[in-house]
Amino acid sequence: MSIALQRPSPMACPACAAAPAAERLAALTPPRNARLMLSLPTAHCATCMTTVERGLEAVPGVRSARVNLTLRRVSVEAAPDISAESLVSVLKGLGFEAHELDPSLLSATETDRQGQDLLMRLGVAGFAMMNVMLLSVAVWSGAEDATRDMFHWISAMIALPTVAFAGQPFFRSAARALMARRLGMDVPISLALILASGISLYETAMGGEHAYFDAAVSLTFFLLAGRYLDHRTRAVARSAAEELAALEVPRACVLRGGAEVVLPLSEVAPGDLVRVRPGGRMPVDGIVTDGSSEVDRSLLTGESLPAYAGPGSVVSAGEVNLTGPLTLRVIAAGRHSSLHRMADLVAVAESAKTRYTSLAERAARLYSPLVHLLSFGAFGFWMWQTGGELRFAINISAAVLIITCPCALGLAVPAVVTAASGKLFRKGLLIKHGTALERLAEVDTVVFDKTGTLTLGQPQPLDLDRHPPDVLAVAVALAAASSHPLAVALAVALAEALAVALAGQGVAPATVTGLHEVPGHGIEGLWQGQRVRLGRPDWVGAAALPVTATYLSVNGATHAFAFADRLRPGAEAAVAALRAQGLRIVLLSGDVAGAVGDLANRLGIADWSAGVLPEEKAAVVARLTAQGHRVLMVGDGLNDTAALAGAHVSISPASALDAARTASDVVLLGHDMAPIGDALRIARQARRRIKQNFAISALYNVVAVPLALIGLATPLAAALAMSLSSITVSLNALRLR
Amino acid sequence: MDILTYLIPVSLLLGGVGLVAFFWALKDHQFDDPEGDASRILKPDWEDHPKP
Repeated sequence: MSIALQRPSPMACPACAAAPAAERLAALTPPRNARLMLSLPTAHCATCMTTVERGLEAVPGVRSARVNLTLRRVSVEAAPDISAESLVSVLKGLGFEAHELDPSLLSATETDRQGQDLLMRLGVAGFAMMNVMLLSVAVWSGAEDATRDMFHWISAMIALPTVAFAGQPFFRSAARALMARRLGMDVPISLALILASGISLYETAMGGEHAYFDAAVSLTFFLLAGRYLDHRTRAVARSAAEELAALEVPRACVLRGGAEVVLPLSEVAPGDLVRVRPGGRMPVDGIVTDGSSEVDRSLLTGESLPAYAGPGSVVSAGEVNLTGPLTLRVIAAGRHSSLHRMADLVAVAESAKTRYTSLAERAARLYSPLVHLLSFGAFGFWMWQTGGELRFAINISAAVLIITCPCALGLAVPAVVTAASGKLFRKGLLIKHGTALERLAEVDTVVFDKTGTLTLGQPQPLDLDRHPPDVLAVAVALAAASSHPLAVALAVALAEALAVALAGQGVAPATVTGLHEVPGHGIEGLWQGQRVRLGRPDWVGAAALPVTATYLSVNGATHAFAFADRLRPGAEAAVAALRAQGLRIVLLSGDVAGAVGDLANRLGIADWSAGVLPEEKAAVVARLTAQGHRVLMVGDGLNDTAALAGAHVSISPASALDAARTASDVVLLGHDMAPIGDALRIARQARRRIKQNFAISALYNVVAVPLALIGLATPLAAALAMSLSSITVSLNALRLR
Repeated sequence: MDILTYLIPVSLLLGGVGLVAFFWALKDHQFDDPEGDASRILKPDWEDHPKP
């Protein structure tokens, strides 16, 4: 299995490398081609694929583009001067959300190898099962003496190497379990495989009637199928989670010897000077040495109101610089920055989460001792009954082990989880954790964060028609010249509203001259010989409102433009769906009371608190948990991280900070929030299916085990019970809507 | 029943051919993007002649 090594490719879709066109082109041109990878969370169909590939290949300099729909990525082979940003904007023009990925972080090879390894074992077991079953049909239909023995010998020749090769994952994990002195699901499985093969070989050598080679091989096949499904779900989740980590390509613009150099974050040391442009995110913790600006701390604290930053202010990694360029002296970078210290907190909470015992584990805990007891009981009983006939007694106990063997049990959970996570993935939800679905099904309380979760963090001006038109005209002239997010939002909203109003009322657009932006404060200019200012209240001379607002001073009077955060699409639908399911909904925000109250009213959430500190969020979640509630936490910021990790299960949007995404079990891939309601419904349904599956396989056992105990289980009965229960269980899993 | 001496090896051989084909497909990365390949066959591009 060294395929991945022979063909080292940073791409998740190595088939791209196999595309002859790309390879020949690569051979023709010197190896200066850049290989770019973009994630395409919204691509889902053949048309998407064609549109993206054609669109990208039309860009001059792009040699080839290939979409991998399974992983939702596109890998592009392009001239070195093509940047990922330019391709992202091309894709945006085509209507696709795209993000640059850091190929070095995508270590797809390791999980890929494991998956291929399992798939190969599955293939071998499948091949062997088909052949052995065919041979067994002859035996079942009454082959005798020499013919039967010959068929048994051929079966043995196929089955023994197969079990030895394909059963290795079970043997290894059983050995690990025994080493740790516990009985997992794999111990009875391995025992059954070994015992069935051993006893059958012995019987064959003795010219006996019953050989269980077919059972041993089909057991291996069905169990490997379950194992493979399980691996596949987890690999998809892992690669998508890695993808999210790879989204943030960490670079900083460092001043070295008077020149600006862009360096990877790992090479930035405390004491360096780092330059952060307006609109950029702080890569490090630092003290501002030069420049003044406003910073958006919403991801860290949940406040939607920008804070002032000037020389001497301390800023933390993750904050967004809004207006003026800033130069920082680095206090801490990379692993030591405040952003990364949060990861320790997360690790502590995560260990608590792994203590959750899944349904499968609970079933296995009940099941393993029972199976062993039954089997040894049968052995003892028949030894006593037949007066020490070892061969007969071992035969019975092997039959019991084979019949009870958790074929269906091994498939019951993976089949359902695969079907459910596939369904949710198509809806834009990524299940990162193996037991997240089960925990999601138990939720009775949902705690939401506000900024960045229910809202997008994009301001929208309110009540514009309250202001006289000439004031609006001045405001738009000032706002249009600024790049501050509030000003941009104001300018966009006003431009639309004003175009109509101005034309109707005959008011001329205001001409404001001498525009100049004062970073960290606002923008000012001259209008009809007077100084007009748009910006922070203290600078403009206005009284500050309790909500996000920008202020305008004209003619000595001040006007406040209040903003509300734009709702995340689907937020209303999600909250309504959750309420319809009878869940308690709580809104906890670090923002000011005015903004939180407005939003809570808009969404109809009665239970809200504002100005909540990160520790308080975690405390509220812990208190709810202590009261016996199962809490689903939905949040995106650093201030939510502890609460996300502490909750029973947690969801964060893809736009969340890395730490928050790491802490949460489920990631919302798109912008839309509506799938959350669906997720809970599907999770509950999945849980029901898993329980049904357990019931089905228990039922098969109840029927078949007594037969085995009294020695009536023929190889045919074992084969029938096994295949029937496995197939019923898989079909039941597919019923998931 | 002498025919079995031929038929059984033949059936095993045919099964083996299938197994080898499966290994080849696995090595050829044909299981890496099943969803994409399922859609790719529906694309109208390069229907008359292969991609140059």
